[in-house]
Amino acid sequence: MSFISVFDVLGPNMIGPSSSHTAGAARIAYLAQKMIAGPIIKAEFILYGSFARTYRGHGTDRALLGGIMGFDTDDERIRDSFQIAEKRGIAFSFTPDAEETEVHPNTVDIRMENEAGQKLTVRGESLGGGKARICRINQVEVDFTGEYSAAIVIHQDRPGVVAHITSVLSRHGVNIAFMRLFREGKGDIAYTIVESDGRLPENVSDELRENGNVHEVMIVQP
Amino acid sequence: MDFKNAKELLALCVEQNMRISDVMRQREIEEGETSGELCDARMKKAYHIMGESARGPIRKPVKSMGGLLGGEAKRLSDWQQGKGRGKSLCGPVLGRAATYAMAVLETNASMGLIVAAPTAGSSGIVPGVLLALEEEFHFTEEEMIQALYNAGAVGYLAMRNATVAGAVGGCQAEVGVASAMAASAAVELLGGSPKACLDAASTVLMNLLGLVCDPVGGLVEYPCQNRNAAGAATALTAAEMALAGVPQLIPLDEMIVVMYNVGRRLPAELRETALGGCATAPSACEACGKCS
Repeated sequence: MSFISVFDVLGPNMIGPSSSHTAGAARIAYLAQKMIAGPIIKAEFILYGSFARTYRGHGTDRALLGGIMGFDTDDERIRDSFQIAEKRGIAFSFTPDAEETEVHPNTVDIRMENEAGQKLTVRGESLGGGKARICRINQVEVDFTGEYSAAIVIHQDRPGVVAHITSVLSRHGVNIAFMRLFREGKGDIAYTIVESDGRLPENVSDELRENGNVHEVMIVQP
Repeated sequence: MDFKNAKELLALCVEQNMRISDVMRQREIEEGETSGELCDARMKKAYHIMGESARGPIRKPVKSMGGLLGGEAKRLSDWQQGKGRGKSLCGPVLGRAATYAMAVLETNASMGLIVAAPTAGSSGIVPGVLLALEEEFHFTEEEMIQALYNAGAVGYLAMRNATVAGAVGGCQAEVGVASAMAASAAVELLGGSPKACLDAASTVLMNLLGLVCDPVGGLVEYPCQNRNAAGAATALTAAEMALAGVPQLIPLDEMIVVMYNVGRRLPAELRETALGGCATAPSACEACGKCS
């Protein structure tokens, strides 16, 4: 059993009204925007399950949009995120999909586009108590909570890439807590998610990119 | 220093001659690999957020997102200050606890900043009770922060050995556990023993056993806000009983299991799905037509 902190009981500090529908939603979007180089100019949200039915009254929409702009779950700007997003010129939309039932009850797909025209779709689930996980990047099933300092490496599924990743991290004295590889198919695009015990140094991303099969590296700090 | 249940917690208190709050704080430092200073600073921040979320709506009422709440705490506060035609029935401690508890839910439902304690839907009870006691008995800020560790210990036991999710265990797991946390903290603040703290928590869970989660429109508004006021009252009466030495037959560990078993036997309609209880009363459905 993982450690339950006193601040898991008295916390999170959050914008209401619901830890699952507001704080958890903000958290998903916050993690999602960390996975694409900013600034984001467009965000489409597809809402499933309970999110689809009660998102307005729970401020799920404002929380998601706030998270996309990098607001944490206790950021009071979440309440005004529509106006802030409009001012920043971010195009956004919310589409409830109440038909899809083969998903966790509080699920959202976030389709993001940045200024450079890159696109990324991330699926997240709100697990309750403000906790959340990313369960899909583009079409690949992943499992990522952002509770640890993490590197997400998008690369071609080729021999030696994982060895390259671990050797770079080893040079920086990083102790790997969890490491998983998810791929679209054999030899296709793969996602390696490395979570470390300490804080990952930001400069590892440049060194990770030195391998020709590495397409993109994102560092997500808790 | 760690404990899995109330029995182990009590044994640690006796062996080390510590209060529940001391044990919980020490556990956080050791198991959470952090320092006492960092923990206390974080707890202080939480207490400040609690205070602001409880006082804001009394100064300036706010309309909730779903439109079912707004202004309740100010009404109560005005009434207690003699601005109505009658006299306060509850007296200063219970009166303020109920007022603050409702105020926090008003802040929560209008997308204000709150501390989940242990959940957003039950976030009014711990601050309601603690702020009322602080004002009445003039405790220091250090004493209030210490009390929060005590409350956290009870919440942790429920979270570890049962649930604090309304969708799993009904409102008894949310408002029930929050009230148990507040009762235990109140007993420690007033100088009660660790056993008296845990007895108070057990009494609360007993008295709120079976409480269903039936939010109108599926939103954290109604009857959640009323139940936070009721939870504060239950906490204070249980704390009073424990301080007076009224025996509690069933220890907290057993009561947590009882609560969990009752919760899991509740039909799904009564566990946060808005398909039963108050949520399906005709007037609630009518009011809800305006909120979605």
